[in-house]
Amino acid sequence: MIQHLIDGVLTGSYLSLGAIGLTLVMHILRFANFSHAELLSLGAYVALVCDALVSALAPFLAVKLAPLSLTGSLILAIIVSMIVTGLSALLMDRLVFKRVREKGQELSMVFASFGMALIIRNVIGLIFGLSPELYSRDIAFATILSRDPLILVKPDQVFVLIAALLLMFILHLILSRTTFGYALRAVAENATLAQVNGVNLQRTIMAVWLIGGGLAAVAGVFYGISHQLIPVMGRDLVLPIFAATIVGGIGSVYGAVLGGFIVGIAGNLALVVLPSGYTPSVPLLMILAVLMIRPHGLFGEARM
Amino acid sequence: MSEAILEAYAVTAGYVPDLPILRDVSVTVQPGQITLIIGPNGAGKSTLIKAIAGLLPVSGGHITFAGRDITGIRTDQLSAHGIAYVPQTDNIFRSLTIRQNLDLALRRAGSEAAARMGLLFDQFPALAAKQRDKAGTLSGGQRQFLAIAMALATGPRLILMDEPSAGLSPKAAQEVLEHARALTARGVSILLVEQNVNQALRLADHCFILAEGRNQIDGPAEDLRDNKVVGEIYLGNRRVGAA
Amino acid sequence: MIGVISYLVFFATTASILAIAVLGLNLQWGNTGLFNGGVVAFFGAGAYGTLILGGTAQTGHLGGYGVIYPLALLGGMAMAGLMAWIVGLLTLRLRHDYLAIATFGVAVAFENLMRNAEWLAGGAKGVRGFERPLRAALGDGFVYNLFFFAVVLLVLIATYVFLQRLVVSPFGRLLRAIREDEEAAQSLGKNPARVRLVAFVTGSVILGLAGGLYGTFYAFVSPQDVLPTLTFQIWAMLIVGGAGNNRGAIFGAFLIWGAWTASGWALSRFAPVEVQLYTGSVQFILIGSVIVGMLMWRPQGFLPERLVVSHKGTTQTE
Repeated sequence: MIQHLIDGVLTGSYLSLGAIGLTLVMHILRFANFSHAELLSLGAYVALVCDALVSALAPFLAVKLAPLSLTGSLILAIIVSMIVTGLSALLMDRLVFKRVREKGQELSMVFASFGMALIIRNVIGLIFGLSPELYSRDIAFATILSRDPLILVKPDQVFVLIAALLLMFILHLILSRTTFGYALRAVAENATLAQVNGVNLQRTIMAVWLIGGGLAAVAGVFYGISHQLIPVMGRDLVLPIFAATIVGGIGSVYGAVLGGFIVGIAGNLALVVLPSGYTPSVPLLMILAVLMIRPHGLFGEARM
Repeated sequence: MSEAILEAYAVTAGYVPDLPILRDVSVTVQPGQITLIIGPNGAGKSTLIKAIAGLLPVSGGHITFAGRDITGIRTDQLSAHGIAYVPQTDNIFRSLTIRQNLDLALRRAGSEAAARMGLLFDQFPALAAKQRDKAGTLSGGQRQFLAIAMALATGPRLILMDEPSAGLSPKAAQEVLEHARALTARGVSILLVEQNVNQALRLADHCFILAEGRNQIDGPAEDLRDNKVVGEIYLGNRRVGAA
Repeated sequence: MIGVISYLVFFATTASILAIAVLGLNLQWGNTGLFNGGVVAFFGAGAYGTLILGGTAQTGHLGGYGVIYPLALLGGMAMAGLMAWIVGLLTLRLRHDYLAIATFGVAVAFENLMRNAEWLAGGAKGVRGFERPLRAALGDGFVYNLFFFAVVLLVLIATYVFLQRLVVSPFGRLLRAIREDEEAAQSLGKNPARVRLVAFVTGSVILGLAGGLYGTFYAFVSPQDVLPTLTFQIWAMLIVGGAGNNRGAIFGAFLIWGAWTASGWALSRFAPVEVQLYTGSVQFILIGSVIVGMLMWRPQGFLPERLVVSHKGTTQTE
């Protein structure tokens, strides 16, 4: 039970990172972006490539940072991947979503995002093959926190959680202490009024894609560290991430963080009562429960 | 009239290209004056302000500000030109604190920001007292003052105000309008749309009357106060206590 | 020669069944603007429902009720409708994203349930033991397939006629009115959420009908038949054909199914063996590109909806 809770918190840390960008895009651009989860796999695979490149060019960075199985080159690779994935998100908007949006087909954006998801997912499959990849072939030994009940935690998982919380805290500081953050929140609340107050809407939308893509990349790497990299990981992550945004309330960054942890914990606690094969269905149950009890989520506002 | 700070000439505009709501409307604002636009419901008053602010496509005519053509201006460029716009409703960010609202408005002020913030708080002591509260907690009158403070933050030469007294108590409405008057003493020009005709006419310098998207008459506010035609255009359609 | 004809009958039967599904989706998306992200769940509910109700007794899972065929098919359609009603009730009052996400989730959960719940529908092994109606009289060969094709074609025509009548009826006009301008429709005293629910459930029942026929055709259904692939295929058919146009929906079904079959055949015939493992990936990229490409360059499809243009926003003058 406690083990499930701990695993749930760890799952929640990457779901939250993924949900933050999704909730902002859904709120500001007003469409459910089904390709957001593909940014996680894109980020994970970009980091895989960068890690290999950095390790080859600068072998001294490829040393493990004990007790973690992570290496300095992977950490560098994460940072590069954040930038590359953020720019890719921006490029997707430029090439596809912006054009569909400007044709006045707001509803069609959802369709376009499904199409994009199919393309990205399968191109990754073509490039990297369908078999799983790992950042580190070494087996990371878990630390035993308690023997009765048996509770295991891997050092990598602790790193993932702390790094995720740190990123969320930095984002919190940006949103609550900088005028850039105010501008972002202003656009989320009332885009027209934000423009009246001198906020450049196009630039803000670009910033949202960059932030969303960057955080998605980290989330993808963390998923890869916790599990493994597979080309279809986006397919398995899309529903939990959507559930996190709905539980938290669409448009609320803090809601997305909380929603991510709630969905992560619920998915793992469900293992207590449900066979593990049913885990993919848990996010739907969460969505339906929220829609029944509190349709606009924990922090959301009624907005059609 | 060549010294007008704002001149809208034969403006045709609307939400949809084929269905203009404004047809050939011309309005001028003299520096340091309050220019009032009134007219029955649906006359196109708000539409005119939105067209000037770049929120609606202008399909005919042109708009100049301080001698420069600003027709179809990008809304986020208004403040850079020296124009501020106070929308009728939803004119503050409820989820931000009062201070954050003002910080946002002062974003481009650079090193002057702190000094200007001080001046604004001197001018609106009620806001200073609540600066750490969410703007959504303010009363209707205080929200209007915050919206005006945000408009002033950019140091504008012209403020477009869309029914600032709407939804306020008579006392609060009076305060807001008197504040607008006081601003003109400092050289700010105001284009004011109001439903509160009697009060506004006592305050304004010049007045334009619109109906059905067209100019009707205009003249010094003083003269229009007792004008019979105004009563005819107006009283028949006038909404009482309209928000 | 008989081989070619028999293949053409097989192809046309599958394409016609898919065309019925596309018609159902067209009522939801094309006519009403409702985004169904889980087409395959409603299709699957029809297939599973029909086979469980109409099949012979199986050990280990539900079934063997021996319901006569037309009733079994109706039962499958009812299951699809019931699922749609529950999802619609929860989401249709909210902004459109919620329906998209919830239906997508329903499809994930449906496949997940069918794969895992052996007691319910045989799990990964699927539902077997279904006797195709009139098999005793017509046998298993070409004659039966021809007969079944005729039945499917009749159902397709009936569905088409039903939907064409619906579109020109006052209800059809109401659907378009709500799609174009919800507030205006509301001000006329209509309840948009209820009207949309009716359209969503009706569309899903038609999807269930297509699923039921599909299950009947193969006399078997398993989780492999309710993968998200089918949702994407059916969407591509509608978008290519032209959302809002029933003839376009049928045209798109035949075109995309033809292209899908041909591309699969070409890849298996000409692609090197090591690439064949990735046939699915290549086909998915093609489907994704068709969807994105159509939306960007020809969003109205090849047979666009014919509409009286109504302007939005003219009511909000001030």
